[in-house]
Amino acid sequence: MERFTVLTGLVAPLDRANVDTDQIIPKQFLKSIKRTGFGPNLFDAWRYLDEGRPDKPDTDRPLNSDFVLNQPRYRGASILLARENFGCGSSREHAPWALAEYGFRALVAPSYADIFFNNCCKNGLLPVALAEGEVDRLFHEVAAFPGFRLTIDLEKQTVATPDGGEVGRFDIDPFRKYALLNGLDDIGLTLRHADKIRAFEERRRSEQPWLFG
Amino acid sequence: MIARTLYDRLWESHTVHVEEDGTTLLYIDRHLVHEVTSPQAFEGMKLARRKPWRIAANLAVADHNVPTNDRSRGIADPVSRLQVDTLDANCAEYGIVEFRMNDPRQGIVHVIGPEQGATLPGMTVVCGDSHTSTHGAFACLAFGIGTSEVEHVLSTQCLLAKKMKNMLVRLEGPLARGVTAKDAALAVIGRIGIAGGTGCTIEYAGGTVRALTMEGRMTLCNMSIEAGARAGLMAVDEVTIAYLKGRPFAPRGELWDRAVAHWRTLKSDPGAKFDHEVTIDARSIKPQVTWGTSPEMVVTVDERVPDPDREKDAIRRESMERALTYMGLRPNTPMTNIRIDKVFIGSCTNSRIEDLRAAAAIVRGRRLASNVRLAMVVPGSGLVKAQAEHEGLDRIFKDAGFEWREPGCSMCLGMNADRLDPGERCASTSNRNFEGRQGTGGRTHLVSPEMAAAAAIAGHFVDVRQWR
Repeated sequence: MERFTVLTGLVAPLDRANVDTDQIIPKQFLKSIKRTGFGPNLFDAWRYLDEGRPDKPDTDRPLNSDFVLNQPRYRGASILLARENFGCGSSREHAPWALAEYGFRALVAPSYADIFFNNCCKNGLLPVALAEGEVDRLFHEVAAFPGFRLTIDLEKQTVATPDGGEVGRFDIDPFRKYALLNGLDDIGLTLRHADKIRAFEERRRSEQPWLFG
Repeated sequence: MIARTLYDRLWESHTVHVEEDGTTLLYIDRHLVHEVTSPQAFEGMKLARRKPWRIAANLAVADHNVPTNDRSRGIADPVSRLQVDTLDANCAEYGIVEFRMNDPRQGIVHVIGPEQGATLPGMTVVCGDSHTSTHGAFACLAFGIGTSEVEHVLSTQCLLAKKMKNMLVRLEGPLARGVTAKDAALAVIGRIGIAGGTGCTIEYAGGTVRALTMEGRMTLCNMSIEAGARAGLMAVDEVTIAYLKGRPFAPRGELWDRAVAHWRTLKSDPGAKFDHEVTIDARSIKPQVTWGTSPEMVVTVDERVPDPDREKDAIRRESMERALTYMGLRPNTPMTNIRIDKVFIGSCTNSRIEDLRAAAAIVRGRRLASNVRLAMVVPGSGLVKAQAEHEGLDRIFKDAGFEWREPGCSMCLGMNADRLDPGERCASTSNRNFEGRQGTGGRTHLVSPEMAAAAAIAGHFVDVRQWR
């Protein structure tokens, strides 16, 4: 996993509540057996005017110029500003894969769906939760100031404007933070406890053998 | 001793190790695998030169991509075919039990787990699919995971997790005639909202739950995720035990007796403390129909499409307006005036034998309305299909003009060829009415099997309580 330490980047706003994973990456693109190739189909149904297909190149498809990410001022954005319950719905990890491949490294929203939040952290995509009022203010500032950027510091757990003005602080579990800061692979961390897992398993097998039939 | 909830007990009994911040290494008893969320996990495991930790913990089936019509020629779409072939190859390589496409036991992963007795009380059950919450009906801690976690479970038989909060949803009183577990699920979501259970595990309790069959309980737990909760669960009782007896993966003989004695203990202690409690008078629940693009956008069949002008919150009003535009609906239209183009009876929410019986009872001796272009019944598994055919339900549906299909996820999410066309309106027994869920531009109304069947015959939504 890529490390996440400090990110300064352009902010793109997606002003909708309850954005579900079917919107983030529609199902026809879940047929891939790879982890890559999802970026061009992020928000596919909102981003293009025609229907996307996995066997069709995206390069000459007509863009929906009304969709916020198609506006030139948000090109190259690495922080997505969103509304409550972002990422609700299915467990598809293709959603954070698509966001990351598009170029996002962090999300800022009042809340996230549980599975999506987890999936983001496994991919070095930092989901920052700020208070609703703080997010609201950011939506106004992004609209008012073209080129609006933010700095997200994971170590300090802060969101600030690049000149140092603090926007808000966010919570994150210390274990997740440690893994993200160091780009550590969860499986490797877990396997340090292989002996404990084996011992647990043996005890369980003797107490509830029907689970191992 | 402190009174504990069922969730507390399941959590504690699977804890292998706890980090300082409470992050817990949780042992996983059962891992269900399907073709969409597993290929990258198998690949990652191979690249890291690891092997599955405990092969017998895994059970695999292809369900999302499989065609529901003629299977004799295999899967026409080469991209779908590759995904299913990849699952077959991965399972063959490691010796993981898989029900392949033409196996009579093949079906939707959340239907076959319980059907086979592969889901047993007291287990942790995970799958790369959010509707894994279904299995909580068996007093399992069951939740959906992403692909990185699929690889984690394959490689370590564990997951890293933080404990959720405890939420109790108590349903009391009998459900009225024509009102089902699906209506109860939608009523709960309508009440607490699609993020109401975020950060929580929901335990469903109360007389209404105890009176439900296991299939009804699964329907209710299935839609916990639509209320934001990763897991929903219910205590074990005689209904649970009777359902499991004799299932292929369930224990037998002396082991069965030992297992049952343990299972009977799987319930919340009296006086256990919940972080949130919601009580719903189930007698007041009416047949539900969603009108918008989120499962919380739901009304009862005797109501009208809501009017955004009456909503004070700006963000909610905007969501409502956007949903009405997408759905092609005008505010204040009676729900029973909404005409439909297609009907889908199926999905991990409502494709079990009791669902099909209930829908068939409505349809028997009648014909599809002329405006209904396609009505399809997709059984949840090959065994459900065989049972339905044994009872003659397939004839009832076919005589009425329904298509009788092979098992799979089908038009719940339209990864195979079963999809809505842009603008088409569907009465669906599935679980999500998101934009484009059943096909780009498609319009989904979530209902019970009885309501879907009645809509197919009438051509528009009708109050199934008045069906004669």
